[in-house]
Amino acid sequence: MAYHSFLLEPISCHAWNKDRTQIALCPNNHEVHIYKKDGTKWTKIHELKEHNGQVTGIDWAPDSNRIVTCGADRNAYVWTLKEGSWKPTLVILRINRAARCVKWSPKENKFAVGSSSRLISICYFEQENDWVFSAYIKEVEEKPGPTPWGSKMPFGEVLFESGGTGGAAPSSSGGGGWVHSVCFSHSGNRLAWTSHDSTVSVAEGGKTGTVSSLSSETLPLLCVTFITENSLVAAGHDCYPMLYVYDGANASLTFGGKLDVPKQAASKDISARERFKNLDRRASETQSTDKDLNTLHKNSISQMSVLEGGRNQCTKFCTTGMDGGMGIWDVKSLESAMKNLKIV
Amino acid sequence: MSKNTVSARFRRVDVDEYDENKFVDEEDGGENQLGPDEAEVDSFIRQGNLIEALHAVLKNPPINTKNQNVKDRAEGLVLKVLSAFKSSDIEKAVQSLDKNGVDLLMKYIYKGFERPSENSSAVLLQWHEKALTAGGVGSIVRVLTARKTV
Repeated sequence: MAYHSFLLEPISCHAWNKDRTQIALCPNNHEVHIYKKDGTKWTKIHELKEHNGQVTGIDWAPDSNRIVTCGADRNAYVWTLKEGSWKPTLVILRINRAARCVKWSPKENKFAVGSSSRLISICYFEQENDWVFSAYIKEVEEKPGPTPWGSKMPFGEVLFESGGTGGAAPSSSGGGGWVHSVCFSHSGNRLAWTSHDSTVSVAEGGKTGTVSSLSSETLPLLCVTFITENSLVAAGHDCYPMLYVYDGANASLTFGGKLDVPKQAASKDISARERFKNLDRRASETQSTDKDLNTLHKNSISQMSVLEGGRNQCTKFCTTGMDGGMGIWDVKSLESAMKNLKIV
Repeated sequence: MSKNTVSARFRRVDVDEYDENKFVDEEDGGENQLGPDEAEVDSFIRQGNLIEALHAVLKNPPINTKNQNVKDRAEGLVLKVLSAFKSSDIEKAVQSLDKNGVDLLMKYIYKGFERPSENSSAVLLQWHEKALTAGGVGSIVRVLTARKTV
C-alpha cells in the first residue's frame, strides 16, 4: 500500500493517464495540476489554469490523451497537449448551475457532463476543426444491442428505477439518501451505487431486475467501484475502503471486510514522562485513543479509480481524499494481509 | 468592503419554489396506518413480557401517514414500553431486534429527544447507547436522511 500526501487541501477529483505515470488532480481550487511519477516521488509538471470556479470533474482519455475538465463555473474545457503544454478549448454547455461530473465515451469522441441543473450535456468533439458542440441528450446513432436491462431500449427512457417509494419490498426502508456514486460492473449487467443513508446497493439487470441493498453500520460511502464481477470496493467518510461481496445466485450483498493497514498496537509500557506528556496534550494517559484514526487516509475518501486490471480483475486501485493524499492499494497484498478476506 | 445597507430579504426567497420542473415526492396514501396496537402492547406490559411488548410496539410504524395524532400516540406508546424496562434488560432487548428493528428504534429514540418529558431523556439515552452498539453510526445516519419519519 502506498500513500502519498500531495497537499494539505482536499483533492477534489483526479484522473490518471493511460500508463499511470501521470495524475491530474484539482487541489480544491480553480486549477488542475498534473504530477509525473519520478521513481517514488511525484513532481508537478503542469498547471492548467482556465476555470473560474472549482474544478469538479476530470477525465483523461487513455488513447487520444485528451483531458476534459468541468467546474463550478458552469463550463467544461477540453485540453490537448501541444508542444509540451496543455491548450484548452472551451465547451459551451448552456447549463445554469455548476457542472458536477464528466466522463469520456469509450470511443473518446464524445463526453457527458452531469450538472446541478439536472441536465446531462453530451458534447461532440470534432478533431479537424478543434471544435466542440454540445446538446442535451436527445438522439443516438447506433442503438446498442439488447442487454439484460431491456431489449427495446428506446432512447431517453428510464430503463430501471430504484429507491424512494416503499412499494417494492416491505423490508427495505424505502431509501432515504441521495446517491453519491454509481458504477457499472465490467459486463454491464450489474449496477452498484452508494447513497447518503449509509447503504450500498446492487441492481442486477434482467427480467427480475432485483435490487439488493445493505445498510451499513458506518458513515455514508462516497465512491464505489467493481473490482471483479462479484466484488465491490467502496469508501467514504470513514476514511478506509471496504469490501462488499455480491452473491448473484441469492441476490444478496454482504460486507466482506475493512481494507486497511492496521497500525501497530501501542506499546504497553509508557514511561511516566510519556504519560504526563499525553495527559497534557490529549487529556488521556495513553498514546492512542479510540478517536485516533489508524487508517491510511486521515480524512474522508472522495474518489476511487481502478489503476490496473479493469473492473473485472482489478489488481490495483487508487483513492484520493479530503486529506490531500492519494493511496494506492494492491489487491493481492490486501488479500494476503487480511485474514478471511477472499475476493471472489 | 462597502456595507450592505439595502434589505437582505431577497436571500430568504426560495428560488426552487418557482421552478416549474420541481420534483414533487409522491405521497403514499397512509390512511391505513394506525400505528402499533395499543391494547396488544398494554397487555404484554401487564403480563411483564417486555420484549414482546417491544416487538409489538415496533410493528406498524406510522411512517406514511400525515396524521400527527397517530404519530404522537405511537411515540407515547413506545416511550411507555421503553421506560418499563429495567436498565440491565435493555441490551438483551436490543439484541432481539433485527436490523430494520434497530433502525426503527433509533427513529423513535430521536423523535423522543425532540420533545423531552420528565424522565424520558435519561431512559432514551440508555436505549440510545445500546442501539448505537447494535446499529452503528449508520443507523443514526439513516434517521437523519429518512424522508418518511415516525
